[in-house]
Amino acid sequence: MRIVVRSEICSGCETCVSSCPYTAIVMKEGKAFITEYCQLCRACLSVCPEGAIIEVMEEGEGVTVAEPSAYRGVWVFAEQRNGKVASVAFELLGAGRRLADTLGVELSAVLFGSSEESARELIKYGADRVYLAQEPLLERFNDEPYARLLAFLINTHKPEIVLAGATPIGRSFFPRVAAILRAGLTADCTAFDIEPGTGNLLQTRPAFGGNIMATIITPNRRPQMATVRPRVMKRLEPDPSRKGDIIYVKPDNLSSRTKVIDTVKEVSELSVNLQEAEVIVSGGRGLGDAKGFKLLEELAALLGGVVGASRAAVDAGWISYSHQIGQTGKTVCPKLYIACGISGAVQHLVGMQSSDIIVAINKNPEAPIFNVANYGIVGDVYEIVPLLIKKIKELKGL
Amino acid sequence: MNIVVCIKQVPDSAEVRINPETGTLIRDGVPSIINPYDLHAIEAGLQIKEKLGGKVTVITMGPPQAEQALRDALSMGADEAVLLTDRAFAGADTWATAYTLSRAINKIGADIIICGKQAIDGDTAQVGPELAEFLDIPHVAYVRKIDSITEDSIIVERLMEEGYDIVEASLPVLITVVKELNEPRLPSLRGKMAAKKAEIKRLTAKDIEAEESLIGLKGSPTQVKRIFAPELKKEKKMLEGSPEEQVQKLIEELKGLKCQFL
Ligand SMILES: Cc1cc2nc3c(=O)[nH]c(=O)nc-3n(C[C@H](O)[C@H](O)[C@H](O)COP(=O)(O)OP(=O)(O)OC[C@H]3O[C@@H](n4cnc5c(N)ncnc54)[C@H](O)[C@@H]3O)c2cc1C
Ligand SMILES: Cc1cc2nc3c(=O)[nH]c(=O)nc-3n(C[C@H](O)[C@H](O)[C@H](O)COP(=O)(O)OP(=O)(O)OC[C@H]3O[C@@H](n4cnc5c(N)ncnc54)[C@H](O)[C@@H]3O)c2cc1C
Repeated sequence: MRIVVRSEICSGCETCVSSCPYTAIVMKEGKAFITEYCQLCRACLSVCPEGAIIEVMEEGEGVTVAEPSAYRGVWVFAEQRNGKVASVAFELLGAGRRLADTLGVELSAVLFGSSEESARELIKYGADRVYLAQEPLLERFNDEPYARLLAFLINTHKPEIVLAGATPIGRSFFPRVAAILRAGLTADCTAFDIEPGTGNLLQTRPAFGGNIMATIITPNRRPQMATVRPRVMKRLEPDPSRKGDIIYVKPDNLSSRTKVIDTVKEVSELSVNLQEAEVIVSGGRGLGDAKGFKLLEELAALLGGVVGASRAAVDAGWISYSHQIGQTGKTVCPKLYIACGISGAVQHLVGMQSSDIIVAINKNPEAPIFNVANYGIVGDVYEIVPLLIKKIKELKGL
Repeated sequence: MNIVVCIKQVPDSAEVRINPETGTLIRDGVPSIINPYDLHAIEAGLQIKEKLGGKVTVITMGPPQAEQALRDALSMGADEAVLLTDRAFAGADTWATAYTLSRAINKIGADIIICGKQAIDGDTAQVGPELAEFLDIPHVAYVRKIDSITEDSIIVERLMEEGYDIVEASLPVLITVVKELNEPRLPSLRGKMAAKKAEIKRLTAKDIEAEESLIGLKGSPTQVKRIFAPELKKEKKMLEGSPEEQVQKLIEELKGLKCQFL
């Protein structure tokens, strides 16, 4: 495919020039021209008022291999740490179950270096089948044996979709699997759908630092692989009566050219709390200084929650980075999120917008944070928050 | 020591936005820069060379204009630069990008290959590990510290979700690096002068003997179907009145919800 400008139609209005994220459109003799910087992202197609920008297919395109029909079933890679299944695995099962039901196929989980008990847990959370490999070499995460074994299993059983967490583990070894299988891999997805008609997986993910979203497809190759951002997909309620099979995998010839010498834990109490908290009270630049966070801490404590922050507040030195929420901080999903003096930049929103209830307190009624808030209060943090604290204390008889 | 650093020229992502009303991109003169993580990769390469000797080769796959990114890297102190450029490379996804880079690196030869953690436009962090697989060498992703490096092995700290792992790998190896690793140096005046005149080696698909069906758009299993502005939630309720009234309304709303915070 190529994107071209039909110069006979182009009016030279230059609208498309600024629409291109890659600076790939230039003006030549009064007409738009698409340079080699073009990444085929299609952003310009819809902006041209004359409809002069079009895609053209080239010969031999879209006919690549792999009879997609030979591939069936949805798989999730269930990552474990110290034998314990990571929470992202249950989220993947939630997403995978929905896809499998839509396609009318089975959902399988792949578990390396863990126990039968963990495998049973995966069944409770939605798996019809678990492939369990218990080799000692797989107990700690090692890219090569993980990649080789998973690629072998996929080649043998031919699932149509394989998902892993977009965690340091998934993002490190999954690309190797894709390389081995000549499979398409979509990174860090936040939403999935099945395209009616084709049955293709529609994989939606943020790109450009969260400024834009892209829907990616893998039309001609199988399996369709994707990593999934943690804390975005909803897990199912565990059902202890669910039945499923455990299939023991006995790999041979596993080896690794990397060796984990030591694993060092380095999480502050706080950051763990942030991701597990049911209530988060977050502050931004609107607080004006570090003292503002004292106020938020008081409110958070009353609600049994913890304090988060925008990058602007962290950059200002009012609170440590471990509290930062967003694109370059933590992704959180509490029951209640109270944003105080935060404008609601997309990079902040991607880290918190799947919270159940969002309350925004901001003195600017136009602040974008109100677009994602369930309840908005236009007002001064220093007026609203103390009142809130007072009322809650009254309510609790404190 | 043959050190190869992969760099990508990227637009300054912070400035790309989508107008939520019209769905069109808004870009205010995006400059093309070296992917910020790759500056740390270049710095790591230069430090390894300073310690063990050898040379640092920077390589990029991109349009002819990507030459500027290579010159910027040379001005920081890289010794050689390779530009993979060919119309047939256009539209590559991470699979085809990694395959293409692997063909070239096989030609150049490398003991250690350094990539950035991720590019700030595509944001996938996939090219490094895929490249390692194509070269059939081990890799360590998210490296935040190099504890030691010799001719045969390297010991690094790999960032993990709950801390870090200390990982040893045999050479040749590929690492992808995060910003904590180091502080990239600024180009010296002499470096800038030399970079202006330096010869940049250009390689086409034919030069690297790449298989036509595995490069560019044809070689790419994934396709971007559409791009759009991040979605925002629908129902919102503005709580009106005096501050007291607003707070009272909020408390009532929260009390009314299934999950009890109060
Ligand atoms: C690649 C990249 C990654 C990023 N990653 C992150 C990230 O992980 N997390 C993140 O948060 N940001 C991130 N950012 C930054 C982001 O773009 C915004 O700059 C940042 O979120 C703004 O923080 P803020 O809302 O606190 O500050 P501002 O945007 O300055 O907003 C302050 C708000 O406070 C309001 N206000 C002021 N005074 C008061 C008052 N007394 N009472 C009530 N309201 C008041 C104002 O109306 C305003 O809306 C990233 C940016 C980039 C480019
Ligand atoms: C909106 C959008 C979404 C996309 N989503 C996907 C996707 O989900 N899956 C997919 O396979 N492709 C995707 N692509 C295509 C992908 O962005 C390109 O293949 C790109 O060339 C490499 O991927 P990246 O930017 O994510 O790099 P990353 O993998 O994040 O880059 C990591 C490191 O690899 C090295 N590197 C990357 N590219 C080059 C290069 N051209 N030359 C030299 N070194 C390089 C650098 O050291 C860099 O720091 C997408 C493209 C767009 C426009």
